[in-house]
Order: sequence, then C-alpha cells, then structure tokens
Amino acid sequence: MANDIQAGAAPEGLQGVAADYSADKQAFPVPWGKAMMWIFLLSDTFIFTCFLTSYMNVRISTTVPWPHPSEVFALDVGGAHIPLLLIAIMTMILITSSGTMAMAVNFGYRRHRGYTTALMLITAALGATFVAMQAFEWTKLIVQENVRPWANPMGAAQFGSSFFMITGFHGLHVSAGVIYLTVVALRVWNGFYDRKGTYETVEIAGLYWHFVDLVWVFIFALFYLW
Amino acid sequence: MSQAAEHVHAQGQQHPIKIYLWIWALLFLFSIFSYLVDYFDLHGALRWTLILTFMIVKASFIVGVFMHMAWERLALKMAILVPPLALLILISLMAIEGDYTFVTRLAAFVAR
Repeated sequence: MANDIQAGAAPEGLQGVAADYSADKQAFPVPWGKAMMWIFLLSDTFIFTCFLTSYMNVRISTTVPWPHPSEVFALDVGGAHIPLLLIAIMTMILITSSGTMAMAVNFGYRRHRGYTTALMLITAALGATFVAMQAFEWTKLIVQENVRPWANPMGAAQFGSSFFMITGFHGLHVSAGVIYLTVVALRVWNGFYDRKGTYETVEIAGLYWHFVDLVWVFIFALFYLW
Repeated sequence: MSQAAEHVHAQGQQHPIKIYLWIWALLFLFSIFSYLVDYFDLHGALRWTLILTFMIVKASFIVGVFMHMAWERLALKMAILVPPLALLILISLMAIEGDYTFVTRLAAFVAR
C-alpha cells in the first residue's frame, strides 16, 4: 500500500521515468512479485530468442532443402488432406486459454472467488489439452515419420533438432504453467488471497500464462509457417 | 490520467471485460489470417511480410492488453521492452554468419 502514496502526483512520460528512477522510493509502483515475474519473462525472452535464432542460423546455412512444415504437419481427416490442421487447433486452444486467463484476473480483482477459480481451472485444462496434442504430434513424428534430432527422411537433418528443442522447451513451459495455475486456483478457492487481502498473485500467474501464449505466436509464425 | 493511474494502483489492473473479449476475438481473427497465408500457399516476400505482420500484431495485443503493459508506467515499459532490442543485433549477426556458412559449404562440398 506504500505504492499508493506517490502514484497520483507522479509526472508522466520521460519526466515520469526520471522521477520514478531518481526519487527516494521504489522505482516501479507495482507489487514486487509482478516486477520480478516481468524480469523473469524478460530472461525467458532471451532464451527463446536464442533458440529461434539458432534455428534461423541452421536453416539459412544448410545446403539440403528444409522439410516443408505445411506438409510435415498435415493431417488426413476423412480422406481430405488439410495442411497444419493440428497446429491450427493447438493455436486456437492456447488463444482461448489466454482469454479465459485474462477473465480470471479480472474476476480476481472483483473478488469473485468462484468465477476466478473456475476460469483458472478451465485455463489449466486447456493448457493440458495443448500438451496432450503436442504429445500426439511428437509421437506421430517420431513413430510414423521417423524424424530424429539427428536425421529425418524429408530433408535437412537440423529440422528435427530445431523442432524438438523449440517445441519441447515450450511444452515444458506449458506443463509448468498448468501446475502453477492449478496451485494458484486452489488457493483462490480456499480463500488464501482473501485472507492475504490481494489477488495480485492471480495477475502474476496470468503474466506467465500469457507469455507462454506469446512464445507460441512466434513459434507458430517462424517455425510452422515460414 | 493521474486519477486513472491512482485507481489502477489502488485496485490492481482492472478494466472492462469488453476490452478482453475484443482482443480475444481479434487474436482469433489474426490467427485465422496467418493460417490462410499457408492455406492459400502464398510465397516469397508477400508470405514473409504477412506472417511477420500478423505475428507482431498478435504479440502487441497479448503484451499490451492481456499483460496490461499498455497501462503500466513508462519506467516499467522501458525496463522490459527496451532490452530485447539488443536481440535484433544477435539476429542480424547470426543471419550474416548463416549466409557465410552457406556460401562456404556450397564452395566446399556442393561445387566439387
């Protein structure tokens, strides 16, 4: 609550930046957990960018043709051959889960315990569905299409290593998020944050979840569509 | 603005649900657009421009509205959004390096 004292008087724009950093108070008028989550997500941005940059580098430098993702990830449904179908469904699921998470944060600040818990559990369930579909995708690729991190029948060997490293690390983030959201949801339900007096933890968990969705936006564009 | 900022700090980030539903719908729309780029099998500069444009639009919606960055103070925005710009240098260097490796490989074991 010490945050509230100076907030009204603080100047905006670059003047505000100078005032926030130089005044005798904490620089960011947000809960410390939120600032720390942002810093963590910043470091995670660097990790994922390093992965995507290494993928870009091997894809540029290989002399063997790169496998066509649109065909590799196509599915046959009732005789029809639909490119990237599974990936499109996974994208929609993750966006939907981001929407339910945003609503959960909103209802958290309105102190609707029931709605917040339900929306967070729906978000976690959608996340678990995403991981399950990813497991299906990996199984199909390894068992049926013989893709390995060191070789594959479709073209450049680097395809497998890039794919398993990038989607594997993202899937790990989603799995961790599902556990994180479930723990916070149960604490919302048993009234932990009502006793604590603030629902900021729900927003912080939300930041992590939206980041996972954000990373998928980049993977979808740069790996699957490029 | 300062009154609005005070309100935000007192209550945490609280905004009308309508904004979230709008952004949610727009994210769906732009995902469908990016999928259609592949579905219609567009190629070359047009494909890459469209993919990157839709990607950046979606990323801005998520960071700006869902992660509430649009309502944070400039000091926090700058602390989080400026450092990743250094990555553009890494990406450019690795693209140049990749091109060099490609040409070296062509000269070493494809031309022979």
